[in-house]
Amino acid sequence: MMYKIDKKGFYGEFGGAFIPEMLYPNIRELQSEYLQIIGSDDFREEYYSLLRNYAGRPSPLYYAARLSEHYKTRIFLKREDLNHTGAHKINNTIGQILIARRMGKTRVVAETGAGQHGVAAATVCALAGLKCVVYMGKLDVERQAPNVQRMRMLGAEVIPVMSGNMTLKDATNEAIRDWISNPADTYYMIGSVVGPHPYPDLVTKLQSVISEEIKIQLQEQTGRKNPDSIIACVGGGSNAAGSFYHFLDEKEVKLIAVEAAGKGTETGESAATIAIGSPGIIHGSRTILMQNDDGQITEPYSVSAGLDYPGIGPLFAWLNEKGRVIFENATDKEALDAAFLLMRLEGIIPALESAHALAALGKMTFTENDIVVVIISGRGDKDMEAFVRYAEQNNL
Amino acid sequence: MNRIDKLFNAKNTGILSVYFTAGYPSLDSTTEIITNLARGGADMVEIGVPFSDPLADGPVIQNSSSRALRNGMSLKLLFSQLEGIRKKVDIPLLLMGYLNPVLRFGVENFCRRCAETGIDGVILPDLPPEIYVEQYRTLFRKYNLFNILLISPRTDSERAHFIDSITDGFIYVVSSSSVTGVKPGFTGEQESYFKRTVSLNLSHPLLIGFGISSPETFSEACRYGSGAITGSAFIRMLEKEGCNGSSIIRFVKDFKRKL
Ligand SMILES: Cc1ncc(COP(=O)(O)O)c(C=O)c1O
Repeated sequence: MMYKIDKKGFYGEFGGAFIPEMLYPNIRELQSEYLQIIGSDDFREEYYSLLRNYAGRPSPLYYAARLSEHYKTRIFLKREDLNHTGAHKINNTIGQILIARRMGKTRVVAETGAGQHGVAAATVCALAGLKCVVYMGKLDVERQAPNVQRMRMLGAEVIPVMSGNMTLKDATNEAIRDWISNPADTYYMIGSVVGPHPYPDLVTKLQSVISEEIKIQLQEQTGRKNPDSIIACVGGGSNAAGSFYHFLDEKEVKLIAVEAAGKGTETGESAATIAIGSPGIIHGSRTILMQNDDGQITEPYSVSAGLDYPGIGPLFAWLNEKGRVIFENATDKEALDAAFLLMRLEGIIPALESAHALAALGKMTFTENDIVVVIISGRGDKDMEAFVRYAEQNNL
Repeated sequence: MNRIDKLFNAKNTGILSVYFTAGYPSLDSTTEIITNLARGGADMVEIGVPFSDPLADGPVIQNSSSRALRNGMSLKLLFSQLEGIRKKVDIPLLLMGYLNPVLRFGVENFCRRCAETGIDGVILPDLPPEIYVEQYRTLFRKYNLFNILLISPRTDSERAHFIDSITDGFIYVVSSSSVTGVKPGFTGEQESYFKRTVSLNLSHPLLIGFGISSPETFSEACRYGSGAITGSAFIRMLEKEGCNGSSIIRFVKDFKRKL
């Protein structure tokens, strides 16, 4: 593999573990154990069995005939929205809960923005009988009430975070602070390919089941080994990392990552990190992030809470530098229009995050014979309010 | 000789270092706080560089940091405020903050400005010692800037010796597995950690920090280390009484009263 993490936990100059000494033993423990654990037969057996029988994998690869007709190309949708809890996030949390158990941890902390990762974390904690504490910015607690209720129903404690701007970035800070204060019994279950090494690599590997399945399903359905393009949205980058993973070395496959442009990359109200960010350190990782001239991390904006993160996984900072991944971005409006198009043509209500990936279809050119895989990272139930508002405003 | 070494050569007990956040309570309180801390008898001052995402800090310093940023504090402005500080005080001055603003400022530029303004050392909790040695130590040395490293209750003895071999001036002994904040007193577990650390016979002196919030905890900490660092308690005082010389002097004198 050409695009592997190095022994010190870096992708080129990106990645690493820029953490205070108080976290060093925790991180060191995880660094020294994760590969062995996830490579072991008993882990793999349990992980794949849960993915299949509990989460409902493999998720379908669906040929979207009417959408294909609309864009004059061949479009396949990878249906992560059909997973248990409604998004790709469960692939990661099933893997991490098995790790937490094997490390003898009894308590799990997690951060969440939209609440999708929080729900996925609360779900697996219930399954494993471990205590679950989810940090969520107070603003997000208010914006995403149904997911807060879901987490509580599943037995998790949801702690509203009042520091900073009271959104995902601050919730992540607070989860890390909790881990500093509870180093012995607590496992930190991060929700994307971000944070200190080994999380970016760990979460990438746990999400790589997405591309593992695409390979097999595409062969079965089309007789072809590779698609021409794969399109995924990026917040931190976990669904994209998992969808690209087994294609990274297949040069002929175009990999397209779509960031949230919010109201537009020039407006100052955007979450398109690669488009407007610069190198620095966020949540223990050296990567590209949104910051001001003084090195203060700035607040992102997107209609989609799951893409509302001012950094990006270090793998993507590197893939961008190497030119291996093409970065696109889509505005709120473009994403909403793409979501409605999918609803009306295919009868699928996508998550607002996933709608950003769909929006890229309208910004790129494909030939009639191209095979384009679009990752539907989650379902849109949580976004009903935004959809209803948009429909009313635009008479849809 | 660096002022930090000079201090520890002259004194091996009862050293009081006080932390405050630059730009808090108001944008231009920096020099007034430093000079009054020195006047009150503080042996060293840690000037906090506010950061939007202070991972290792509890609510008190989080709050002072975000207030400072809202007041308009920046690294660039802080250095200009520190211009001339060496005409006023001679105790060691450190900057404490997070790596990202330093990277953004440019590490060499940062070291140069520290040297120009008379900053003796820095504490950057999220700069790992390994990365420091590999990428930045040469620069720090060029400007005679000390880099002070931390150990925590879960640092094993092998790593403590490793950190001892790299740190400058002293070792910052984080008193418990926690973020910064105000605590009532030490537990038996903490005391045995302090004893264990002392028995490692490290080559650098120890200063104990995090949770040092009263004259009692300060004098208690001084039984194990050369002294201790207080931050959140001082900021709380500023919160209540504002930035005024006599309160600051009284705070320092009071802290040392149990020695
Ligand atoms: C449905 C869905 N897609 C995408 C994301 C973005 O995360 P990532 O970039 O890690 O896949 C989220 C995050 O909450 C999500 O809920």
